[in-house]
Amino acid sequence: MTELILQATDIGKSYGHGDGRFDALKGVSLDVRRGESVAIVGKSGSGKSTLMHLLALLDEPDRGTIRVGGVDAQQLKPRALNKLRNKDFGFVFQQFFLTPNATVLDNVTLPLMIAGVGPRERKARGMAVLEQMELADKAKNKATNLSGGQKQRAVIARALVNNPSVIFADEPTGNLDSATGAVVEDILFELNKTQGITLIIVTHDRELAARCDRQFFIKDGLEAVPDAAASVAPANSAAGANA
Amino acid sequence: MNPLDVLKSAVSNTFRNKVRTLLTVIAIFIGAFTLTITSAIGAGVSSYIDAQISSIGGDSMLTVSSAPDAAPAGDGPTPYDPDKQATASGMSLLSEDDVTAIAAVDGIADVQPAVMLSPDFIEFDGNGKFEIAVNPMAGIATIDLAAGAQLENGAGQNQILLPASYVDGLGFADAESAIGQPVTLAISDYEGTQHTVEAVVQGVQNDSLFASGAGLNADLRDELDALKQTAKPAAVPSGYVMAIAFLADGTTPAQLDDIQAALTEQGLLGMTVTDQIGAIQDVINGIIGVLNAFAVIALIAAGFGIINTLLMSVQERTREIGLMKAMGMGGGKIFALFSFEAIFIGLLGSALGAAVAIGLGSGLSSALSATVLSGLPGLTIMLFTPASIATIIGIVMAIAFLAGTLPARRAAKQNPIDALRYE
Ligand SMILES: Nc1ncnc2c1ncn2[C@@H]1O[C@H](COP(=O)(O)OP(=O)(O)OP(=O)(O)O)[C@@H](O)[C@H]1O
Ligand SMILES: [Mg+2]
Repeated sequence: MTELILQATDIGKSYGHGDGRFDALKGVSLDVRRGESVAIVGKSGSGKSTLMHLLALLDEPDRGTIRVGGVDAQQLKPRALNKLRNKDFGFVFQQFFLTPNATVLDNVTLPLMIAGVGPRERKARGMAVLEQMELADKAKNKATNLSGGQKQRAVIARALVNNPSVIFADEPTGNLDSATGAVVEDILFELNKTQGITLIIVTHDRELAARCDRQFFIKDGLEAVPDAAASVAPANSAAGANA
Repeated sequence: MNPLDVLKSAVSNTFRNKVRTLLTVIAIFIGAFTLTITSAIGAGVSSYIDAQISSIGGDSMLTVSSAPDAAPAGDGPTPYDPDKQATASGMSLLSEDDVTAIAAVDGIADVQPAVMLSPDFIEFDGNGKFEIAVNPMAGIATIDLAAGAQLENGAGQNQILLPASYVDGLGFADAESAIGQPVTLAISDYEGTQHTVEAVVQGVQNDSLFASGAGLNADLRDELDALKQTAKPAAVPSGYVMAIAFLADGTTPAQLDDIQAALTEQGLLGMTVTDQIGAIQDVINGIIGVLNAFAVIALIAAGFGIINTLLMSVQERTREIGLMKAMGMGGGKIFALFSFEAIFIGLLGSALGAAVAIGLGSGLSSALSATVLSGLPGLTIMLFTPASIATIIGIVMAIAFLAGTLPARRAAKQNPIDALRYE
C-alpha cells in the first residue's frame, strides 16, 4: 500500500470552558494515504472544518495524536511546522480570503513571498499557475474585480503555487453555482490524477463526496457508520458519470 | 518572507487606508515640527552664548572684586566702617594690597587691575565729538572683531577697538577703512581740565551682549589714567573696581574651586564668566527644556494615535493575518511587518515635520536677524544641525516603534483559526 501521509488517532477537540464548553470532536481516527482523495462529509456543525484544521496542523487537538509522514506533529518546532504548512500543504478555505486591493498575481504568490522566494521567480511561478487556471489575463487585476468562479480558481492557484503534496479544501464549491462548482471540482480531481496531489475535501455536497476515493462521515464530533451513506453512494456514482 | 519583502509590504500597507495614515502622520508632524523648532532655538541661543563667553575670556580668567561683607549674625544691618574705601556709588574698591594678594594665590598666573575710565568724547578728523564708554575687559580678553586685529599691550602705541556702531558716526566709510586711522580721545582730570590723547584704531568689534564699549590697550589706558589722576585730592579714595586674574594653563574645575575659596578667605570674590552668565544660561536652558517637554508630550499623544491606527488595521486585517499564519508565516515576521509599519509612519511624520521646520525656521531666523535681532550680530536664533535633526527623527521612530509593539504583538499572537473564523 502507498505510504500514510497523515495519521490522526483518537483526536478530541473542545471549545470554551465550564458551562459554555462544547466538544466539537470526541475521538476521531483517520488515515490518509499519499495520492488519494478523501471527502469529509457531515451536517453543518458536525465538526468537519474542525477536523480539517487539526489535520492541516492549524490547531492542536486537546487529546490524541496526529502524525505527519510518521512524525508526531507535537514534536515539530514552530519553524518546521510553518515550513511544512508553507511547502507541503495548500489551502482552499470556506471563504476565498483574497486580499481585495492586491492584484491577483500578488494574492496567488503570497505563499511564495512567505517562503522568501525572490520577486522574479515569484512572478514566473505565479504566472505559470494562473496559466494553468486560465486566469493569466487577469493577473494584473485587483482581486475584488473577479467573478466568484474566477476567485475560487485564483484561490486554487494560490494553493498550488508552492507545489504542495496535500491540498485541503473546505467547501470548495460552497460559494459557487453548480456549473462553476463543477468546473472547480474537475480542476481539483485533475490535479489529483495528473500530479498525484492528495486531496482532503470537506463538503456536505454528496455528489462531490462521491467523486472522492473515500468518504469519511462525521456526526456530532464522531465518525458515523456509513449506513446513511449507503443510500447516497449509487446516486453519487450516477451524478459522477453525468459530470 | 525575506526582509526586503517585509519592508515593502509594510510600506504599501501604510498607504492602504490613506486618510487614517494621513491623520496619524499629521499628529506626529506637529510634535516633530515643534521639537525641531524648540531644540533649534535652544541650540541657537546656547551657541551664541558660548561664543559670547569665549569672546570675553571663557573660563581662563576670574573677575575679582571686593566681596560684599557677609551679613553679621542676627541679620541686622552691617555696621559702618570709616576705613573701608568705596566709590561714590558705595562699591568697595580693591587696593594695591588686594591686587598683590590676588597675584599670590596659587594657580593665578597674572593679575591686571581694571581701571574705570570715562573719556569725555572721541573724535575723528574733526567730524564731530561723541561720547564713548570704555569696556574695562577689552585689552585683557579676546574680543569678537568685525575688522582689524586684537589689541596689543605694551606696543608702544595707543590702540583702540571701536564698537561697530561708531564707524558711521565718526565718519568712516566702513569698518575696514577705519583700521589704522588716528582718533582723538579727551579726558578730564579732578580739576575739570580736559586733556586730549591720540590713539590708532586697531580694530572694530562686533556688538555683543556682554562686552560693550570701546576697548583700549594698556598703553592708552595708562596714559588716560595718569591724566585723570592729575590734581587728585588726597581725600579721594583710590583703588580699582575689579581686577582680572588669569588662571594658569590647564586649571581643573577642582583647582578653580580652591582658587575661589582662597580669594574668599582674603575677602575677595572671584567669578568666572560662566559663573556670571551661567545663571542666564540656566534660565534659557530651563525654558527650552519646558518647550521640548511639551513637544515630547505632543509626540507621546501622537504615539497613541499610532497605537489606535494600527489596532484598527490589525482588526481589519485579522483574516489576512490568519491566512498568512496558516500559510506558514511566523509570528516574528508578522510582528516585524506591523512594527515596520509603525516606524514608517513615524519616519513620514518626523521627516516631514523636520523638513518643514527647517524651511520655515531658517526663513524666520534670517528675517529676525535682519530686523528685530540686528542688534545682536552672530545670533542665529534657530540653529538646525544634522545631528539634532537625526536625533529627533530617531526619537520619533523609537516612539513609533514602541507604540507599534502593542498592535504588532496582538497581530503576531493571533491564532490562525480564530483569525480565519473571524467575521
Ligand atoms: N472557536 C470556537 N468556539 C466555540 N465553538 C466553536 C468554535 N469553532 C467551532 N465551534 C463549534 O464547533 C462545532 C463544529 O464546528 P465546525 O466549524 O467544525 O463545523 P462544520 O462541520 O465545519 O460546519 P459547517 O458545515 O457549517 O461549516 C460547531 O458547533 C461550532 O459552533
Ligand atoms: Mg465548516
